[in-house]
Amino acid sequence: MTRNPFSVQNPDQLEFLEFSERLSRLIAAGYSPLHYFGTPQGLLYSIMGKSGSLELLCSVFPTGGSYPAFSQKILAFTMFERLLYEEYGIKPEGHPWLKAVRKHLPGQDQHSDYEFLASESPALHEVGVGPVHAGVIEPGHFRFICKGEIVEHLEIQLGYQHRGVEELMLKGDITRKCSLAESIAGDTAIGHNLAYCLLIEELCGIKASATGTRNIALEMERVAMHLADLSALAADVAYIMGQNLFAALRTTVINSSLAICGSRFGKRWLCPGGVNYSISTAQAEVLRKTLQGVETQIIDCAEAMFANSSVLSRFDDTGKLKFEDAVSLGLTGITAKASGVMADARMDYPLDDESIFIPFTENAGDVYARAHLRYKEALQSLKLVLSELDKRDLDDPLPQELGKPRPDTIACSIVEGWRGCIVHMAKTDAIGKVEWYKIVDPSLMNWQALALVMRGTGISDFPICNKSFDLSYCGSDL
Amino acid sequence: MFDLIKARARHGYQAIPDPLTVSIHEKFPGRPDLSDKADLSELNNLCPNSAFTDRGLDLGKCLFCGLCERKHPDWIQFNPDFKLAVDSREKLIIAPGQTRMPEIAAIGNGVFKRSFAMRNVSAGGCNACELELGASTNVNFDILRYGVEIVASPRHADALILTGPISKHMAEALCDTWQAIPKPKFLILCGACAISGGIFAVSSELDRGFLKHWQACLYIPGCPAHPLSIVHGIHQLMGAK
Repeated sequence: MTRNPFSVQNPDQLEFLEFSERLSRLIAAGYSPLHYFGTPQGLLYSIMGKSGSLELLCSVFPTGGSYPAFSQKILAFTMFERLLYEEYGIKPEGHPWLKAVRKHLPGQDQHSDYEFLASESPALHEVGVGPVHAGVIEPGHFRFICKGEIVEHLEIQLGYQHRGVEELMLKGDITRKCSLAESIAGDTAIGHNLAYCLLIEELCGIKASATGTRNIALEMERVAMHLADLSALAADVAYIMGQNLFAALRTTVINSSLAICGSRFGKRWLCPGGVNYSISTAQAEVLRKTLQGVETQIIDCAEAMFANSSVLSRFDDTGKLKFEDAVSLGLTGITAKASGVMADARMDYPLDDESIFIPFTENAGDVYARAHLRYKEALQSLKLVLSELDKRDLDDPLPQELGKPRPDTIACSIVEGWRGCIVHMAKTDAIGKVEWYKIVDPSLMNWQALALVMRGTGISDFPICNKSFDLSYCGSDL
Repeated sequence: MFDLIKARARHGYQAIPDPLTVSIHEKFPGRPDLSDKADLSELNNLCPNSAFTDRGLDLGKCLFCGLCERKHPDWIQFNPDFKLAVDSREKLIIAPGQTRMPEIAAIGNGVFKRSFAMRNVSAGGCNACELELGASTNVNFDILRYGVEIVASPRHADALILTGPISKHMAEALCDTWQAIPKPKFLILCGACAISGGIFAVSSELDRGFLKHWQACLYIPGCPAHPLSIVHGIHQLMGAK
C-alpha cells in the first residue's frame, strides 16, 4: 500500500509463526514499525513502513503467552513490546528492558510500585527530578545515576499523564471526538486532530476537500512550536533576547490562528469532512502580511543567535545522537532528521498526490543541529503556508456529510506533526462500531533519544538536551 | 553586534499596555450569550462534553469548541470577552439571558494586592493550559508586572494553580505539593480539565479526591484558558486596583 490514509477490510489473520516470519523478512528488507500492538479481541497488528510503502500484518496472540522479541532484530520495537507486555502480559523473550510505559507491569499493583534501576557503587550518586518540575511543565520523573557531574545513566519514568485517551475514544460516537483528539497533546492539537479526521473520513469512505486550509493549519502549528522551542533553548543558555523575541514571534503566529478559528492552538479548526473555519480572502491577505513580517524577524533573530559565541559554546557538540541509533530505534521528526535521517511523513506518505516535499536534515545530531533544523523548518513551513495562500481558492465548502463508518474496516492515517510522525489506527466491527483506537505520538519512541544522549554528558546540560528534543509527556502517556 | 541591535529594534515594544482593558480579536470565543428561547436539552445533545444543564451552560465543562454556536447561532453566541474567571463553582453556570460575569471576591484583605506567588501542578492534562499559563508570563501578557510570580518551590508559594484533570498517577504528587505550601494557602483551578475533568471527566484513570477536601478560590474556564483570562482572574483575586 502506498496511499495515506488507507483502509483494509478483513485482513488475513496469520498464525503467529507466519506473522513472525513475514515481519522478519520486512525488517530484513529495511522496513521499520510504525505501530505494533495487541487488541482486546486477542489479535496482534503491525504496520510496517519503508519510505513510501506500507504493510499491514495481523496475527492471533502467540500460544503460551511469549515469543522471541522482535526488539532483538530491530530496537524500534522496544516501546511497542513494552506496551504489549504491560497491556496483555504477552512476554517478548529477550527484550532488553521490560519496563512499564503508562501503568504498571503484570504482577505489580500500581504505578508507584516501580523500583528504579539503582547502583550500589560508592563512586556513583543518584539525582531524582519530578514528577513535579520547577517550571510550568508536564509531569515526569528523571532518575540520573552520576559519577561526579557526568551522567552515567538516565532513566525516564513516565505515565503520570495517563488519562485513558484510547479508551475514551471508544465511548460514544466516534465521529464526534475532535475535542478529545485535540487533547491527545494540546501543543499538537492540529497534528493529532488532522490524523483523527483523516482516519474517520477513511472509515466513512469519503475524502475531504479542504486540504489547502488543513495544510496551512498544520504548518502554522509547526512554525509556532519550533519558535517556542527556540525561545526555550535560548532561555536555557541565558540568551534572554532570543527567549523573548522568539516567544513574541510565536505569539504573533498563534494569534493569527485565533483570528481564523478562535483558538491559539488551532483547536476547533478542523473537523471530519473538512474544516469548521475556512480562510476568507480578507483573512488570507492579513495572514500573508503577518507571516511575511514574521519571516523577516525570525531570520534577524536566528542569525544573531546562531552567530553568538556564548550560545554556540553551549549548543555545539552537546547531546549528540548518532545516526545509527536514530535509525535502529525508529526515531522520527526533528530528533531523527537532525542526526541525518532523511525521513518525514510529508515526503514518505504524502496526503496529497501532487505534493512534492523534501525535508531538511542536519548531520551533527547535537543540540545545535536540532536547534538549527527548527529554524530552517520554521522558514520552510512559512514558505509552504505562503504558497498555499497563493495557489488556492481557500473558501472551503461546508464540511461534508460523513455517513456511517464502514463495517469490519481497519483504517490508518499518518501525519507529520511538528515533533514527528503521528499514527492513528482504528477498526470497526460488523455494525460499524469502533472496536479499538490506537495512537502513536512521536514522543513515545523519541524519549529514548534523550536517555541515550545524556550518557557521558554533564548533568547541567540536561535542560538544553531536553528542550532540544521537546517531547510530549501527555502524547506518550495518553 | 549590529545584527543583534537590528533584531531588537525591529522587535519593538511587544507588551500589551493594559491586559485588563485590551480588546481581543472578535473571533475569540469568550463569555457566551444564551438566549431565553434556547432549547437547552437540544443544545446538550449536541455538546460533546454535555456542558448544558437545565439552568444554562456550565463554563466549567465547556470546551469552547463552538459546535452549538455554529449549529444554533440564534440560541447561543460567544462574545470576545475573556473575563471569564469566577470565585465559586456555581457562578460558572451561565443562565439564559445573563449578560455579564459576577465580580471576583479578593482574598487576604489586600495583603496580596502587590505580590502573589503561585506554584503550578500539571496533572494529567494536554499541556495546552500549561503553555497558556507559561505565556501569561511572556513579554506580551507579562503578568509579572502585577507582582505575580510562578515559583519553583511550593515553600515560596501563596497558591497552587492546578492544570489538568488529576490523573491517578499524579494524585499523590499533587497532595505532596499542596502539603508543602505554607498556610495561608489558596487553590486556583485553571482550565476545564482542572475544574470539571473536562473532556476526560468520564475516564476511569482519574482520581479527583483532592478536590473533595480542598475548596478553590478561583476558577478560570477555557480549553485551554486564555492568558488574558488568567491575568484578569488572578489580578482580581489579589484585590489589585
